[in-house]
Amino acid sequence: MRLTSLSQGKGFYFPPCQILNICGLRVLFDCPLDLSGLSIFSPIGFDEEEYKVSSCNELRESECLDRKRQKVEKPLDASNLIHSEPYYKTVNDLHLWNASFIDVVVISSYMGMLGLPFLTRQKGFSAKIYATEATARLGKLMMEDLVAMHAEFRQLYGPGESGCTQWMKWEELDMLSSVIKDIVIGKDGTELGSWMPLYSAADVMDCMQKVQALKYAEEACYNGTLLIMALSSGLEIGTCNWTICGPKGTVSYLSSSCFVSSTSMDFDYHGFQGSDMIIYSDFTTWKSGNDVDDYSSYSAPSTSKLSDFSEDDWKVRAESLLKLDEGEEEVEKLSFLCTCCIDSIKSGGSVVIPIGRLGIILQLLEQIADSLEASNIKAPIFVISYVADELLAYTNIIPEWLCKQRQERMYSGQSLFGHVDLLKNKRLRLFPTLHSLELLKSWEEPCVVFCPHWSMRLGPAVHLLRRWCGDPNSLLIMEDGEDTELAFLPFKPMTIKVLQCSFLSGIKQYIPTFNTSISLKYFPEKETLCIPKVKTASELNIAADLTMQILSKNLKHKETSIARLKGSLLLEHGKQHLIFQKNQEASSQTKSLLHWGKLDPKDLLVSLQKMGINGYVEQENSDTESESLTIMHISEPRKALIEMKGTNTVISTDDEDMTALICEAISSNLDCI
Amino acid sequence: MAIDCLVLGAGQEVGKSCVVVNMNGKKIMFDCGMHMGHHDHQRYPDFSRISRTGDFDSSLTCIIITHFHLDHIGALPYFTEVCGYKGPIYMTYPTKALAPLMLEDYRKVMVDRRGEEEQFTSENIEECMKKVTAVDLKQTVQVDKDLQIRAYYAGHVLGAAMFYAKVGDSAIVYTGDYNMTPDRHLGAAQIDRLHLDLLISESTYGTTIRDSKYAREREFLDAVHKCVTNGGKVLIPTFALGRAQELCILLDDYWERMSLKVPIYFSAGLTLQANLYYKVLINWTSQKVKDAYTTRNAFDFKHVCSFDRSLINAPGPCVLFATPGMISGGFSLEVFKHWAPYEKNLITLPGYCVAGTVGHKLMSGKPTKVNVDRDTQVDVRCKIHQLSFSPHTDAKGIMDLVNFLSPKHVILVHGEKPRMIALQGRIQSELGIQSFCPANNETVSIPSTHYVKADISDTLRRHSKCPNFKFSKTDSGENSDTGFMPTPLNPLQVFDDRVTEGILCLDRSKKAKVVHQDEFLGMLGAEKHELQFAYCCQVPIGNLGNAIETEVANVLPVIDNGSWLHLLTGKLAIELNDVNIQECGEHIQVESISISVCLNDDCPHRISETNLNKSEAVYFCCTWLAADEPLARNVISTLRKLELSTNLTTAG
Ligand SMILES: [Zn+2]
Ligand SMILES: [Zn+2]
Ligand SMILES: [Zn+2]
Repeated sequence: MRLTSLSQGKGFYFPPCQILNICGLRVLFDCPLDLSGLSIFSPIGFDEEEYKVSSCNELRESECLDRKRQKVEKPLDASNLIHSEPYYKTVNDLHLWNASFIDVVVISSYMGMLGLPFLTRQKGFSAKIYATEATARLGKLMMEDLVAMHAEFRQLYGPGESGCTQWMKWEELDMLSSVIKDIVIGKDGTELGSWMPLYSAADVMDCMQKVQALKYAEEACYNGTLLIMALSSGLEIGTCNWTICGPKGTVSYLSSSCFVSSTSMDFDYHGFQGSDMIIYSDFTTWKSGNDVDDYSSYSAPSTSKLSDFSEDDWKVRAESLLKLDEGEEEVEKLSFLCTCCIDSIKSGGSVVIPIGRLGIILQLLEQIADSLEASNIKAPIFVISYVADELLAYTNIIPEWLCKQRQERMYSGQSLFGHVDLLKNKRLRLFPTLHSLELLKSWEEPCVVFCPHWSMRLGPAVHLLRRWCGDPNSLLIMEDGEDTELAFLPFKPMTIKVLQCSFLSGIKQYIPTFNTSISLKYFPEKETLCIPKVKTASELNIAADLTMQILSKNLKHKETSIARLKGSLLLEHGKQHLIFQKNQEASSQTKSLLHWGKLDPKDLLVSLQKMGINGYVEQENSDTESESLTIMHISEPRKALIEMKGTNTVISTDDEDMTALICEAISSNLDCI
Repeated sequence: MAIDCLVLGAGQEVGKSCVVVNMNGKKIMFDCGMHMGHHDHQRYPDFSRISRTGDFDSSLTCIIITHFHLDHIGALPYFTEVCGYKGPIYMTYPTKALAPLMLEDYRKVMVDRRGEEEQFTSENIEECMKKVTAVDLKQTVQVDKDLQIRAYYAGHVLGAAMFYAKVGDSAIVYTGDYNMTPDRHLGAAQIDRLHLDLLISESTYGTTIRDSKYAREREFLDAVHKCVTNGGKVLIPTFALGRAQELCILLDDYWERMSLKVPIYFSAGLTLQANLYYKVLINWTSQKVKDAYTTRNAFDFKHVCSFDRSLINAPGPCVLFATPGMISGGFSLEVFKHWAPYEKNLITLPGYCVAGTVGHKLMSGKPTKVNVDRDTQVDVRCKIHQLSFSPHTDAKGIMDLVNFLSPKHVILVHGEKPRMIALQGRIQSELGIQSFCPANNETVSIPSTHYVKADISDTLRRHSKCPNFKFSKTDSGENSDTGFMPTPLNPLQVFDDRVTEGILCLDRSKKAKVVHQDEFLGMLGAEKHELQFAYCCQVPIGNLGNAIETEVANVLPVIDNGSWLHLLTGKLAIELNDVNIQECGEHIQVESISISVCLNDDCPHRISETNLNKSEAVYFCCTWLAADEPLARNVISTLRKLELSTNLTTAG
């Protein structure tokens, strides 16, 4: 087994990407996009006025170069951004793999899916893709939204820059500020090739057709060899961890997981029982100590099997983890956000929330509406996205993917989420785009707007932020990002209030406390780790009645029964079976017997005589040390000759029937199977 | 080991479905239904047969409920709240959501009925449902360390599921009620190919083959339309859920197309409330309904409103859905009493009504008077339309499912005895599968599967991995014409003669082992005894002429051993097809057969009489191993037939 970490990821929006070689099959875990990379591009509408001069088209070459060089020295401003149709940053190391060599792709979350069309459209790609139903559905919506937002960008940007890869030329790259250049080519300068123009809607459709959607804990069987199962990870709606069971053992893949959730199905620890190895993939969001080092992902192959743990062990551990006040913290966080929202609205400012986490959006929708109601404020709430309609409709028909509290709402006859009622009494409105006519009719400020995109380079968020960035009463609620300085660049100077918060994701450091008998191995990014076999022998299941049927003999002087196999081997659900069908009887005849031991010529002669075969033994004393040669001459019923020397016997006849008879006699005098 | 099935209900009848299966020490109760036709202790399964002491928690591992129909769940609150079972209960999400409505509706009917003692309360229902664990389709649920269960889509009603249960190496499927053809709002039953010891199947329509559903739906719509056009009232007695929604989709759609304005009523707020559940659980409906949900949820009925008691005798036509179905009491009976005496009116009845209900009386013959209870008789002059479409599979569907799953045994329940016996006969004669149709309180025992688990040696595994297998992927398309879509399992079956190179060693004290025959002797510490065969064959040199014979001394050096072998190779190549013949200098190799020119006049392997003198013949010594015995005999007979000619040597 070999594990290669292609990318250790950067938290929720860019989950890790790994390849595991198991039972000769290559399994790819997730295929994300690093959308934080979008921040190097200038958003729509910012290149037209004040920075127009920076466009090379209107300046002479030398002047242009001068201008840019000067900028490198100066602190970053919006003109440093790349004024071009954005490219998208894929997992760099994935390009080193031939797409046709991947056998299975498993997708743990909708964020882990965004790069998938790049892979599936490659020549020779034929891997089976597994994702949960909810992940597949949500992932599709996210991709469609991305494609639509990008198309909008192109439309507004116009056909101005036809050679859209202009910025990727080396001489252009040289002129980029170091911050941006680092993002473009990576710290080691190898990542330029990972930037791709966005896939098309057709690519997304094509990709989705290749995805096999699974329920939680549904057993999917790849090629009979691997039994693949998605288990709820509790992070978001439809997100999952994986267990992969093959003839050589069971591997569990733990993606970013949450033990408390107020939307998605709870973390399912049952599936990890019986695992021989667990891969902990995502430690990027560890908040302990804040020193995320290069070795942030690791695997834990165990010498003592995890399967030795009883169910109670798991329960105790899971419960003790639940006691962490993660949950409480989240609740407090959300109510704080609501308070800030209300304050802004009260002071006449609007709130824009470009958060990409569905679970958070759904909760905030409910809570902000409640808070507004409680404060008796009539401000409208908008969700603006190409997929808003479908997204919110979908969330209300998936009780099977939600947490207990949500399911209880259904049992008591309520809708799963509060947004259904909000839509009914028109306190919440959905629009595909900012410039839709319907929106203009019902638009009023102050208001609360949920809209993409969190990168603040695409979608309605760009326009709304531009509109409100100078209003100190307005509020921007966003997630903690890597480089907010860069993200804010086009909107400067900003007087809008900004609230940055982080939400649960990643895996908390609880594993090392599991058990000291477990061996842990860390694996760094871009390296391959060889993992010793977790199981040496694999098992064959033989129906007990078949065993009785084929058992032929007991070994002389031993307690062992032996039998030659017959029938056929069936690899199914990762287990090997010996099956036997009546019509196979003829085809599975034993080719030849295996003999062992030594022959006693006298005994053989007796056996032969019983069969009506007569002859005599001629002892030939050979050389001193080598074994003696015994020759048996057969005269009746036909002439034949048997030479015996140690464990070697030569039979010479001119007739098949005679041979068969002699063989039978010999077999009865030797051990054979 | 055996699998014991105790049939507590629905044995040779329809009603109070309940089968307790004891499999490798795990006891599972499938369904816990009540019988609509009985009003005494017979309405419930005889639970005392599970445990005399009433300690059900230790005698049952879990309860599995297939769907929300009362004949499958009606006794559950009684069993948990009155009998005191506290163990795990599993059902699908829709069943958990909708069952309380069914149970509450039924409870009200019981209480409303005069002299009827309440069997369980609303609180009982609520408490009972709290003990239920909801499961999704195909989700593998580990009930405990050894018991695994999984639900498969069954059609029939929203949330209906067939359940797979596995303990150790034994596995069974209990179907509950199912439908193999999709209808307006539900898809067809769907299941994986599984290795089963036992299939317990419903058999309501064990001998019926149904034709197109659309024609039957047409008949229903025509009958309703005709009635309302003539100013009549239509009573559709249904249970709150299932059929009500199916017919409602049908009518709502028809009303829309025909621009009808006649009101369609639902008797209580209950059924309207149920529609809310249907909207949330739309993923459990048919693909068509599912695909359309964003634009319009099919359960947002446009023409349906709720009914008020005062409207019973209001003038003008209408359509009314009233509970309970089969007119077993309650509101549907009340309306029946008012509407049945008028010729203009119409009452629709389902395809099946339990004996003892008014519905059943109306279906048997053409009664003009019906006794609804001891002292009430109702004149029946209205028209009766019996719905001929049913959410149950027909005989073909049952046979298709049994054939697809090919279990080792079949038990039939939930049907009428004569039909079941006919079906049982077909399953045995056409599919060769042993089947049973036990009566209530009978136990059927069948043997269970048990695997010997053997460790495979690496050598054998490597050998059995070599790529000369014949792969046969199970063809999931073969059943597509049955209108029943199995999900592909993709099992890879490997047929290989080299399976026989494996040897199974069973030691009483150790785990079974399977090794390759080459390793086997090493493991035993024994030495292989090589069995070889030899034959020295004489081939006459024909066509050589006297001239050469006199100059034998000169010729022989020219025709050396190599030339003889080369000649022989050519001959063999013609005689033996598809065999790889290799010339290796001093000998020819065909598989394990080695052929060389024999110059030893005393060769012991010259068994046959020789009639030629030395110069007239060439001798070929052949040796081989047992495996190639038939081939070797073939080679020898070829040799014997040969008259080797040296003519060819002039060319060489
Ligand atoms: Zn039913
Ligand atoms: Zn039934
Ligand atoms: Zn010879």
